[in-house]
Amino acid sequence: MTKHPSILPLKVENLEYEAGGKQLIKNISSEFNQGKRYLLLGPNGAGKTLLLRLCHGLLKPKSGKVIWSSGKDANPKHHQAMVTQRPVMLRRSAYANIDYALSVRGVEKSLRPDMINAVIQRTGLTRVANKLATVLSLGEQQRLAIARAWVLKPEVLFMDEPTASLDPPATHSIEELIHEISAEGTTVIMTCHDLGQAKRLATDVLFMFRGRIKEMSSADDFFAGPQNDLAQAFLDGQLIWWKRRPEKDDVQI
Amino acid sequence: MNDLWQAFFKAISLVITLDNRLLEIVFLSLRLSLSAVGIALLIALPFGAVLALTKFPGRKILVIIINVFMGLPPVVVGLFVYLLLSRSGPFGVFGLLFTPTAMIIAQVILVVPIVTAITRQVLEELHLEYDELLRSLDVPWYRKVTALVWDARFSLTTAALAGFGRAISEVGAVMIVGGNIDHLTRVMTTAIALEARKGDLVMALALGLVLLAVALGINLFAYSITETVKRRHQ
Ligand SMILES: Nc1ncnc2c1ncn2[C@@H]1O[C@H](COP(=O)(O)OP(=O)(O)O)[C@@H](O)[C@H]1O
Ligand SMILES: [Mg+2]
Repeated sequence: MTKHPSILPLKVENLEYEAGGKQLIKNISSEFNQGKRYLLLGPNGAGKTLLLRLCHGLLKPKSGKVIWSSGKDANPKHHQAMVTQRPVMLRRSAYANIDYALSVRGVEKSLRPDMINAVIQRTGLTRVANKLATVLSLGEQQRLAIARAWVLKPEVLFMDEPTASLDPPATHSIEELIHEISAEGTTVIMTCHDLGQAKRLATDVLFMFRGRIKEMSSADDFFAGPQNDLAQAFLDGQLIWWKRRPEKDDVQI
Repeated sequence: MNDLWQAFFKAISLVITLDNRLLEIVFLSLRLSLSAVGIALLIALPFGAVLALTKFPGRKILVIIINVFMGLPPVVVGLFVYLLLSRSGPFGVFGLLFTPTAMIIAQVILVVPIVTAITRQVLEELHLEYDELLRSLDVPWYRKVTALVWDARFSLTTAALAGFGRAISEVGAVMIVGGNIDHLTRVMTTAIALEARKGDLVMALALGLVLLAVALGINLFAYSITETVKRRHQ
């Protein structure tokens, strides 16, 4: 890919999102810098998926801004990719799925096979490269979705619970991939609700609860002992999403 | 009963010996219906795609109208085209009534709703499935359309076959606007109707056999497409 001005840091300013008459993302501001692996942690329904989709541009905020640093010099959309929780598989072979992403980015046809074969090998999809993507196993589909995103060499890769509903070996292989992708310079912003995984992957943690970021800190600090009592409760395994707390939480700060 | 068997065997021999009169009618039928389906596809594929992929006021109503039109009785379509093309009608000056062109027009009107409806449904479902990825990749709209149409190609072929089936087997509309004129507008279905009434069972049966074979061919083709798709899924 050609050199372009970096789209990072990504700044999020006073982001709000509403659906079904409910305020689901509440006044989130944050900044994401190059080379990190950000883990969005929080109980089910905290708004992790929504925040990812807002950042990636799949959802429009009610108010607030998602600001990429490149300005008009690069199309930020072309330097980021997302692996959704249940990735969309084109009804084509695994190989053709990856090829499609490259062709959309305007990569010359003659250059594609090498790129595709390389990423297929690195994601361990060689055996199923010519199979229809829609019939692959969940783990294979997840790896294909990562391959399809990775082949674009994005500056930022969003991943929404990339290992949800995978067995331990498959989870392990995905985590290895994430480390490789990160090592190549891609900034990873991902969600998960598994503490072990967060410890293994994160450089930075964002703890979310009921549409807010309650704490954002380095992984070391976070796991050593978060400032926020909700985050601490989450670490202790005491924060159960259906537990209703008396809410000072819904009041705007 | 004996007469019937005799007629049946004579009919088969007509088919096997490629009887000239029979061939003329069969070829005219195929030519008209293939033209009609070709034209209908040119209208229905873009129309169905627009209905599936865009939002505009009146879209829902159009979808309902298309679905109603799918079930239109062919004779009514025939009557409608007849009124349009008859000498006192709005398009009377073109003198198209009782010509193959009039029959193609009628068949196009019969086929367009089916193909449009199936196209719309197929593309809408696939779009729903693909939308997230296509937006994530920031795919421009025209490339979205080509991706959807390409990945739906098997279903769309089946839609075209359904349209062809309707065109080739229908009798009411082409009878009214074509007039069943020998050597000019006589197609398989109208010929069968006429010969049966005249008592020429041999010709009627021979044509019936060919029509049956065509219908069978269409279904086999459609079947082989779905089988191919299924095999790809293993
Ligand atoms: N379109 C929507 N309409 C109404 N509620 C929604 C919608 N999308 C998400 N939500 C709600 O917003 C909350 C946050 O969702 P989500 O971001 O998916 O949570 P998670 O942190 O588990 O990924 C959930 O309570 C969910 O039910
Ligand atoms: Mg989620």
